[in-house]
Amino acid sequence: MNLNYWSWDTFFDALPVVLQGLGITIGLTFASYLFALIFGFLWTFLRRVPNRFIHFIVTWTMEFIRSTPPLVQLFFIYYALPVIPYIGISLHPFACAVLGLGIHFSTYIGEIYRSGIENVDKGQWEASTALNISTWDKWRRIILPQAIPPTIPMLGNYFIIMFKEVPLASTIGVAGIMLLARSYGAENWSYLEPLTIVGIIFLVLSYPSAVLIKKLENRFNKRFDKNQIMKDKGAMQ
Amino acid sequence: MAEPIVTYKDVHKSFGDVEVLKGIDLDIYPAEKVAVIGPSGSGKTTIIRLLMTLEQPTAGDIIVDGRNLWKMEKNGKWIHANENHLRSIRGDIGMVFQHFNLFPHMTILENCMTAPVHVKNEEKSDVKKRSIEMLERVGLGDKLDNYPSQLSGGQKQRVAMARALVMRPKIMLFDEVTSALDPELVGEVLNVIRDIAENDDMAMILVTHEMDFALDIADKVLFLDEGVIAEQGTASEVIEHSENPRVQSFLQRFRG
Amino acid sequence: MIVQLFWLYYAVPMLFGINLGSNWWIGVIAIGLNYGAYLSEVVRSSILSVSQGQYEAATALNMSSFQRMRLIIFPQAVRMMLPEFGNYTIQILKGTSLVSLIGLTDILYYGDVMRSTSLSLSPLIYLTALIFYFILALPLIFLTRKAEKIAKKGVAS
Ligand SMILES: Nc1ncnc2c1ncn2[C@@H]1O[C@H](COP(=O)(O)OP(=O)(O)OP(=O)(O)O)[C@@H](O)[C@H]1O
Ligand SMILES: [Mg+2]
Repeated sequence: MNLNYWSWDTFFDALPVVLQGLGITIGLTFASYLFALIFGFLWTFLRRVPNRFIHFIVTWTMEFIRSTPPLVQLFFIYYALPVIPYIGISLHPFACAVLGLGIHFSTYIGEIYRSGIENVDKGQWEASTALNISTWDKWRRIILPQAIPPTIPMLGNYFIIMFKEVPLASTIGVAGIMLLARSYGAENWSYLEPLTIVGIIFLVLSYPSAVLIKKLENRFNKRFDKNQIMKDKGAMQ
Repeated sequence: MAEPIVTYKDVHKSFGDVEVLKGIDLDIYPAEKVAVIGPSGSGKTTIIRLLMTLEQPTAGDIIVDGRNLWKMEKNGKWIHANENHLRSIRGDIGMVFQHFNLFPHMTILENCMTAPVHVKNEEKSDVKKRSIEMLERVGLGDKLDNYPSQLSGGQKQRVAMARALVMRPKIMLFDEVTSALDPELVGEVLNVIRDIAENDDMAMILVTHEMDFALDIADKVLFLDEGVIAEQGTASEVIEHSENPRVQSFLQRFRG
Repeated sequence: MIVQLFWLYYAVPMLFGINLGSNWWIGVIAIGLNYGAYLSEVVRSSILSVSQGQYEAATALNMSSFQRMRLIIFPQAVRMMLPEFGNYTIQILKGTSLVSLIGLTDILYYGDVMRSTSLSLSPLIYLTALIFYFILALPLIFLTRKAEKIAKKGVAS
């Protein structure tokens, strides 16, 4: 291995430059994650519309968004959206990225919500109907409170996944750590150090989040494992 | 009387610190039908899993047809059995499980054929003929190409028996084969076992909670309690006339 | 993924002093490193999820450990793996779009070239690119769904 090219001077020179983008990177992660969480609901409810045509359209739209590259979707939103005749709107790169990543991952999040809802015991629906609870209250007070908590670990996983995808936004000019690293590289003609910094930042930040999510997972699994609840009851008696 | 086909000599088995079998001595003769009864957790399953080589004894010997199951002689020394040694003996033994354990990715005919063809290298056409006969015998001649998921519990258990029988074992082990079944399906499975017991000359060890059935077909009944054989004798001696208070209180629960 | 791709793109020639011949290999390595780990995890967990009873039944039929793996465990594990493989193949397909960023001439690269000549065509260009990717993914989507059905039928006993 040839380490002659590695320079600690460059490393420490680049570090503050790259770190300036950290706020944007993390901010973008949160913003697009939030967007995906909200948009995911929309998919889930659209899919429940009892109309086969709508169901078909929604299902395949989701499939389309999910199986095409988010990078191309970003380009579409950034480059193509403004020049579409009549409806063209030009958005700030950050907004484009939130929209693009948010929509892309909302299709996955929607799928998670769906599995959560499907896993709610059938008896719960029947009981709410038997108790004559209104549709709104049924969802708000009975179904969602049971459907969402078990999916929290999975939702948390998507936070990490999205965090790792956020550097894509550098391609449309969002000045996160990735873009700053690359422009530092271009100016100083040394990419190795700034990109290594980016890699380290991602490792450092995703590891503790992964550990945190593992913890969450254990806690929720415990809470929602019915056997465990029975066992706990048995232990109390 | 002939030589025993299976002998347990002071067999012990522990899981961690818990000693589950505390010295089992037992002879089983060719064609003998042995029922094992006893409370839950007394070690019934463990006894037959040791013979099937699914568990290793912690101490003692199990002799199958004159060969030590878990030990082999090498250069004049007794050493722990290796896989080849186990396989050379295991072919004599067949087992039917409480939860069937059919192979879900194979039709029931394939379930029966796979071991004779691949393990015993028998001619495929012979095996097929024999498997079909066996499946007809257990009343499933019309389901050859079905998958296990398409069968009822009772039917699955009958396939499992056919699968074990086409291997032509000398000893068959049954571990509570009816206790995972709906009550109305128990009869059909017991009838097949009765048919095998009456017409085939294998030795059979049945762990069972069906006392009437044990009384009906068993030559010998063992009552197992906390890891020891607390009582053994003919079916009538143990199930109908035992003086042992543990046996009586155990049986009490079945009579209700 | 994009971080690794760029890092490899710049770091490998420098650190190891080797030129991998073309960026094509950089793309392959980045994708391989990313998904290799996932896929081996899929294989591992599918094999582990075949129930203990299946091992015991195979042993009771006197199968050797190799026969047990080949005839009983692996065929069941494969049924569980296939849908996952389908999903990951779609992910990889999506991932390949990144290689245009290191100068490989994929769909997106040509899209970019065309956009730079005519900006007003970009909606059409990117829509076409998306549809291209979708068409490539379609067979995978159908295969994955089919594999899911087979897995549901063939495994639960
Ligand atoms: N693999 C194992 N690891 C630890 N303990 C075990 C294991 N298998 C069995 N045991 C313990 O050994 C004891 C005897 O088990 P065994 O299954 O032989 O009982 P059994 O008589 O068949 O009971 P049952 O009627 O409930 O089937 C039980 O206390 C059980 O918890
Ligand atoms: Mg048992």
